[in-house]
Amino acid sequence: MTIGVLDLQGDAQHHATLLESLGEVVRPVRGPRDLEGLAGVVLPGGESTTLSLLLESAGLFAPLAEALAGGLPVLGTCAGMILLARDVLDGRSDQRTFGAIDLTVRRNGHGRQIASFECDLDLPIAGAGPIHAVFIRAPVVERVGPDVEVLAVLPGGTGPLRPEPVACRQGRVLVTSFHPELTEDRRLHEVFASMVRGDLATTATP
Amino acid sequence: MVDPAGEHTRNGTERPTGTFTVKRGLAEMLRGGVIMDVVDAEQAKVAEDAGAVAVMALERVPADIRRDGGVARMSDPSLIEGIKDAVTVPVMAKARIGHFAEAQVLASLGVDYIDESEVLTPADEAHHIDKWVFGVPFVCGATTLGEALRRVSEGAAMIRSKGEAGTGNIVEAVRHLRAILGDIRAVTQADPAERYRWAKDLAAPIGLVQEIADSGRLPVPLFCAGGIATPADASLVMQLGAEAVFVGSGIFKSDDPTRRARAIVEATAHFEDAALVAKVSTGLGGAMAGQEIDALGVRLAERGW
Repeated sequence: MTIGVLDLQGDAQHHATLLESLGEVVRPVRGPRDLEGLAGVVLPGGESTTLSLLLESAGLFAPLAEALAGGLPVLGTCAGMILLARDVLDGRSDQRTFGAIDLTVRRNGHGRQIASFECDLDLPIAGAGPIHAVFIRAPVVERVGPDVEVLAVLPGGTGPLRPEPVACRQGRVLVTSFHPELTEDRRLHEVFASMVRGDLATTATP
Repeated sequence: MVDPAGEHTRNGTERPTGTFTVKRGLAEMLRGGVIMDVVDAEQAKVAEDAGAVAVMALERVPADIRRDGGVARMSDPSLIEGIKDAVTVPVMAKARIGHFAEAQVLASLGVDYIDESEVLTPADEAHHIDKWVFGVPFVCGATTLGEALRRVSEGAAMIRSKGEAGTGNIVEAVRHLRAILGDIRAVTQADPAERYRWAKDLAAPIGLVQEIADSGRLPVPLFCAGGIATPADASLVMQLGAEAVFVGSGIFKSDDPTRRARAIVEATAHFEDAALVAKVSTGLGGAMAGQEIDALGVRLAERGW
């Protein structure tokens, strides 16, 4: 079972290291052929404008969209969440997304780097005990579709939804607005690995 | 790396900002990308359209600083504001070495990263900025491992090899990258007693030397700057071990900045794919006119210590 990590730009290395430490086989994804035979894929943090451009030029956008529509399990963190969302606010007009999860997200909704922060969050699906979450120029979830399950919230919050959803799942799509890969805590990646193996009951399919 | 300000208690809140983790975190997100020097909003848009992961605001690109001479300073705040309004990617800006008041101004403008840069005229010949007291992250240049670790000890959350800015000549960037990465490889081979000698020779804190000996890498991302003018230059430094590239004069001093910027973005993302680098290098028009290092009047990389 091989999990791909999109490796065009951004924080692919930390995702790969965490997944490998869980015993998963990881393959960097830089072109369409790298998608063959994948059991799951990770869209890491990075700059979503750059990533969407590079996905297009690498010829990856269409085959990845098709794979996601076909039910390929995916984890998207920060920019990865933006790429997977149905609607993006404050993005570039030419920015394309996969629309794999029924969310509306606002790019850089938490503000500029000076507002980036870290905190502990409850993430019941990953087990007891808080998970440490690092938010870097993070997007804000402003609308959650009826088939989307909210897995973690930020007390208070920034956008119109209070508390603010920061981890969500719909079918085989798992997204976070924070960066689980920047900590040593592997539990969110364990949840994703379970989704890939099909051990974890999924909610409504996308 | 331990933040002396206290990683989880900064601001005394449960949701601390400005910690070393969030400072380094933004650098991690820029990996594999191209950070482009821009002097105004129009250039910033060209950079973002081409796929830049961030833009660097400065008064003049290094090639012009070199040509015109005089004192090079922080940009006019109105230009930085204009650039911030024009793009959605992170905006960095340069402050002079040791000029903490310029850094305070840039922080108050809300820039995402401050480059304490040798490209500008140094304000202090003995002291770099104490970067720990700032909530905004800093990147600093380095020519050697010792210099890189001194900057990290002062709070830099990203290091870029200096190269020789404004020359379009990659030779110094290669020299500095090889010096830093070669010494990292050597430190990992040192026995515990030899680590102390390394710390003395590098004039760097022993704690950071021990961290490198164990991890085999800098405690912060290592990017490359100074002299990158072509897609193949970007591929070269990425293959040598840089984690992202800064391009200054190389783009806006070339014949076709839009195409060249895009080509360098592609070559940085696919740096191991020679066929792709060949394809994006084709028909780009003239690169910036380069300069021999021996012919330079001023060596920017010698600024700072």
